[in-house]
Amino acid sequence: MTSENPATTQVAAFAIGYTQYLDAEGHVRAPLPAFARDAAALREMYRTMTMVRAFDRKAVALQRTGQLGTYAACLGQEAVGTAIGLTLRHDDVYIPAYREYAANMLRGVPLQNVLLYWGGDERGMQFPEGTPSHNDFPFSVPIATHIPHAVGVAYAFKLRKQDRVVLASCGDGATSKGDFYEAISSAKVWNLPVVFLVSNNQWAISLPSSRQTGAQTFAQKAFAGGLHGEQCDGNDVIATREVLARAIERARSGGGPSLIEAVTYRLHDHTTADDARRYRSEDEVKAAWERCPIKRLKAHLVAQHGWSEADEVALNDEATANAEKIAQAFLAMPPDQPSAIFDSLYAKLPRQYEWQRDEVVAAGPKGGHH
Amino acid sequence: MANLALIEAINLALASEMARDPDVVVLGEDIGRNGGVFRATVGLLDKFGADRVIDTPLAETLVAAMAIGLSTQGIKPVAEIQFSGFLYPCVDQVVNHATRYRNRTRGRLSCPLVIRAPNGGGIHAPEHHSESLETTFAQMPGIRVVCPSNPARAYGLLLAAIRDPDPVVFLEPTRCYRLFKQPVEDNGEALPLDTCFIDREGSDITLVSWGAMMHDTRLAADKLAEEGISAEVIDVATLKPLDMDTILASVAKTGRCVIVQEAPRAYGPASEIAANLAEHGLLSLFAPVLRVSGYDTVMPLAKQELNYIPDVSRILREVRKVFEIAPKA
Ligand SMILES: [Mg+2]
Repeated sequence: MTSENPATTQVAAFAIGYTQYLDAEGHVRAPLPAFARDAAALREMYRTMTMVRAFDRKAVALQRTGQLGTYAACLGQEAVGTAIGLTLRHDDVYIPAYREYAANMLRGVPLQNVLLYWGGDERGMQFPEGTPSHNDFPFSVPIATHIPHAVGVAYAFKLRKQDRVVLASCGDGATSKGDFYEAISSAKVWNLPVVFLVSNNQWAISLPSSRQTGAQTFAQKAFAGGLHGEQCDGNDVIATREVLARAIERARSGGGPSLIEAVTYRLHDHTTADDARRYRSEDEVKAAWERCPIKRLKAHLVAQHGWSEADEVALNDEATANAEKIAQAFLAMPPDQPSAIFDSLYAKLPRQYEWQRDEVVAAGPKGGHH
Repeated sequence: MANLALIEAINLALASEMARDPDVVVLGEDIGRNGGVFRATVGLLDKFGADRVIDTPLAETLVAAMAIGLSTQGIKPVAEIQFSGFLYPCVDQVVNHATRYRNRTRGRLSCPLVIRAPNGGGIHAPEHHSESLETTFAQMPGIRVVCPSNPARAYGLLLAAIRDPDPVVFLEPTRCYRLFKQPVEDNGEALPLDTCFIDREGSDITLVSWGAMMHDTRLAADKLAEEGISAEVIDVATLKPLDMDTILASVAKTGRCVIVQEAPRAYGPASEIAANLAEHGLLSLFAPVLRVSGYDTVMPLAKQELNYIPDVSRILREVRKVFEIAPKA
């Protein structure tokens, strides 16, 4: 922006790129990156998104039938989690908010853990040893407070001269909080290997993203901290994966932090305790369904890679059966020991609190409903 | 053995542990070249380099959050917050994450971090520099809260805090940073983080305190000794977890107890100690347990801070009430 004032010169200018390969109809808008020319890789991404959607549907059904606590659905946002899960390396660290279940699944979290967590059981965040997820952070319900942890984790990697990367994801609402700014404002100071991903699903419970900030994009907030910033179509799994892969490579190779805004849409209510009909129109949601990430990848697979109706039926059957299996594993999980509410509080419970643990143990299990 | 002020003992403990353990880092505002606003980190930058002596941007939430991130990776961060009133932005991070990561991952992640800050008033500092925050942190599950009262204990307790596998909030008595010196041996020996210290033995009354108020409590005990009253003085040191065993054993011996804190009275550690004495020590008591404390008002600015902070005369006043109710035999 040049001023009319001859005393004023332009000292900096910024621009935001937006990447999209597949449009809403599944048409290819630009030459595809190498991974997206491989039919097997595309089918795997399609399979992941389908499996997670079936899981998500099952989770909502469990909640509606009183078998699960409040659940935050990921309907419509499956591409973002899939892209995260496919781009991070085994020894990288993922710091999630709580809605990117595809990423958790791809990093080795059994999805019954997600149900355990929303069902009110801390064991859900006990991610299994030997999987990439074992280094990952648990879900973070207080909005944005987890984001600056990524700065500390990335600093530890740099201090130890490890070529590992940390990715922290959050929603559009989180970008309004100070924690978000303190993280992005500091990450470039040390040129840390970190990627901040804003999954802009257009809504923070009832507040539309247009009222979250006056900024034109969330990606441009990167510039306030000197980060690389760009936007991608978060419903295009190819674009999101490609943009994230470049950001992660940038971080790994010493190029420093990035902030990526993935533009997506929350097709479900905020959680099962919410009713989005109170604050947004049916027309808006109907239009958003047209941009669904699964629909467009299917169109591409059908048009370019011989995906058949029989393939579709077989995959959906598999996804439904898998979701059922996850639900059964969750429901069959025996309740945790009452002593567990003390057992991981400290490395070793101070003697001062032993009587409290003993009292809980002596009283025996209470409650335990989902 | 060097004769050190409390702030120098803090500096010695940091340097000593950083030399011993390459995973220890310090971070905070102005702690590098400047050596910290109270000089706690002086010389560390030259000894250990900018990678381990981390000058952070001016953001207290970040300081706490970064310490959390570092600690989950096995680094042992010692974060400095410049003044107690600036600890409040850290509260969200400490209560929602530092104290919970171990529990909410069922032991998968943990936060072996220390947050150090000056605590309390008495140095004529500006607004928001003189608050006493031990109550705020001591009611959080999953944490340790330590308030050292002299240079030697500050050294040993800080070593223990750094080595502890869980988060420790280490509140240093601002008023005592340079008030007196004491021989401190750099022996690398940590002190226990779950035990009170018997500061001096006595038989007629137990005086319980911690942090800066220990100084006035010791002076009060001196005064009482002149009057022929033998006060046992207990330095709580670690407020969470609270070692009631030592306090109860002392009260079983003396039958009288006055607790001295600078923090506001309501819901403070003195109340917690008094409640425990009522539950477990009532039958040893000859008189009610009395509290000397800061008032339930906003910490005043410098001109009026001495009207707020308990002093020797206020301690003696409560002690005399106890002896009026239960005179020495
Ligand atoms: Mg949102």
